[in-house]
Amino acid sequence: MSAGPRTPFENKFVEWIDSRLPLFTMMQKEYGVFPTPKNFNYFWNFGAIAMVMLVTMLLTGIMLAMNYTANSGMAFDSVERIMRDVNYGWLLRYMHMNGASFFFIAVYIHMFRGMYYGSYKAPRELLWMFGVLIFLLMMATAFMGYVLPWGQMSYWGATVITNFFTAFPWIGEPIQQWLIGGFSVDNPTLNRFFALHYLLPFVIVAVVALHVWALHVTGSNNPAGIEPKSKDDTLPFHPYYTMKDSFGVTVFLVLYAIYVFFMPNALGHPDNYTLANPMVTPPHIVPEWYFLPFYAILRAVTIDIGIPFTEITLITAKLGGVLLMFGSIIVMFFLPWLDSHPVRSAKYRPKFRVALLLFVVAVLVLGKVGGMPADVPLFHITEDMIFTTTHVAQIGTAYYFIFFLVILPILSRTEKALPMPSSIHEAVLGKSAH
Amino acid sequence: MSSDDNSQGCCCSCGEGACEPSADSNARRDFLYMSATAMAAVGAGSVAWPFISQMNPAADTLAMSTTEVDLSSIEEGQAVTVMWRGKPVFVRRRTAEEIKSAEDVNVADLRDKQVDADRVQKPEWLIVVGVCTHLGCVPLGQKTGDERGEFGGWFCPCHGSAYDTSGRIRKGPAPKNLEVPTYTFLSDTLVRIG
Repeated sequence: MSAGPRTPFENKFVEWIDSRLPLFTMMQKEYGVFPTPKNFNYFWNFGAIAMVMLVTMLLTGIMLAMNYTANSGMAFDSVERIMRDVNYGWLLRYMHMNGASFFFIAVYIHMFRGMYYGSYKAPRELLWMFGVLIFLLMMATAFMGYVLPWGQMSYWGATVITNFFTAFPWIGEPIQQWLIGGFSVDNPTLNRFFALHYLLPFVIVAVVALHVWALHVTGSNNPAGIEPKSKDDTLPFHPYYTMKDSFGVTVFLVLYAIYVFFMPNALGHPDNYTLANPMVTPPHIVPEWYFLPFYAILRAVTIDIGIPFTEITLITAKLGGVLLMFGSIIVMFFLPWLDSHPVRSAKYRPKFRVALLLFVVAVLVLGKVGGMPADVPLFHITEDMIFTTTHVAQIGTAYYFIFFLVILPILSRTEKALPMPSSIHEAVLGKSAH
Repeated sequence: MSSDDNSQGCCCSCGEGACEPSADSNARRDFLYMSATAMAAVGAGSVAWPFISQMNPAADTLAMSTTEVDLSSIEEGQAVTVMWRGKPVFVRRRTAEEIKSAEDVNVADLRDKQVDADRVQKPEWLIVVGVCTHLGCVPLGQKTGDERGEFGGWFCPCHGSAYDTSGRIRKGPAPKNLEVPTYTFLSDTLVRIG
């Protein structure tokens, strides 16, 4: 971690520190003069935005934890106390609740940016994989956080999700009992989920540090998807991108504030303001909106897979759904190798661009049907054949996996890219640059 | 371990000049490496196990694992729900018709093949865990006026699984019949679940 040859600082205090631990030299190198491609568009704001949301969640979360009681007899009331009695408790909780949604919004856009401009390709494969790992950790953290208010959706969400594990033959039930610490979701479950919900964000911080470290080794990708070749192609990070990021963060925070102050419950579910009751299942259990596409994939599998012409079932519909749901995230780790096309940016890959935009449509449609009950009839195909939400989920799920496992490998071999600019400078200014 | 000359290191065993470790001392070194690694793995495992096992159901959770139910106040056709291990258990006093419809089913057509006699100790009393085997919701059908699905047993509102009057899965996504807990009749009107 040595900073190499150091330029002394004028300020005596800064110099005293820096000569012993070159923190200021490092900041100057990584965030001051750091050469950054000059053609970033606003999609490149979302890393910084996600970072701001992570810090917001950590701060509000620690303050909420000072007022929250992780006990099944008291949790619900302690959240109500935060809302009514704790000074600015309502603000902290609404910031935390909606902060989760806005963190996911930022991260989903950040991931789309990475996919559209091929940021996952060599030499940034590991950078991408750390990102997918952060996403997985975020999902686990968000799920456990949603259990803490101990409302009906908390309880039944936890029940449904931990029941996934019972889909695995033999080992499933012991694993489920180990996870929830009993025979059903109860106080031991709440206790450990609180402990883990407090722990995992710090793990996320650590993986974010690796993610940023890896980013500063390779440097940022850019909308043209070509590496900077000369000084003409880059700008110092400060003030150019500190300013652009500040602007993007401000706009994003305005949208966030609109939700926090004017519609704090718009993204939540009213059933979670009812105390958890193990004896009554809410008529329609839905996860938070950011999990809906994956929930739709889970429910899309409705048939058992067995050996043909025998009674033997290899994979039950339930296990099939669980495997596909986990698979839908695991497959993202392999994206850098599934798409091995030498051109990064979708700007120069018209077929890839269409396939990717269809993928976004598929994910949005999955999200829509994930929030609806299964088997809702939509329209008649023939007299007896009815097209339902489950069929929509099946088509969406099929495209999700076909995109990753079939379309990307085929396009990698066959797609002819459009003519590329020779440098970032040329991409910005056109041919006249030379 | 024997204390032959190998134990004092390779240089003593091969005399003066170029010091080549003998094949024997290499094998001995490998053995020491492997046994030391194996011991370290056993040690790490025995430290890890308490850390892992603390998450399993605790003694007080296990101690709550039986429930007694008084059957004397349940009329024919009625059902009660009791808590057992934090889950609802359905106790239904079946009518003669319900028993007959449960027994008359062609078992070969069922998803989870079980005859009614294997699921009850006394045909009059059906006792099942009231947790849908799909994703753990509580099916409807205990109260009069509840939707009971097209097979007269229970209907799960979450994803539409329908169970018959023996608690067997007949329609919908659930893979298995409603679980029958272990229970004993302590007397004609008292049953202990668990």
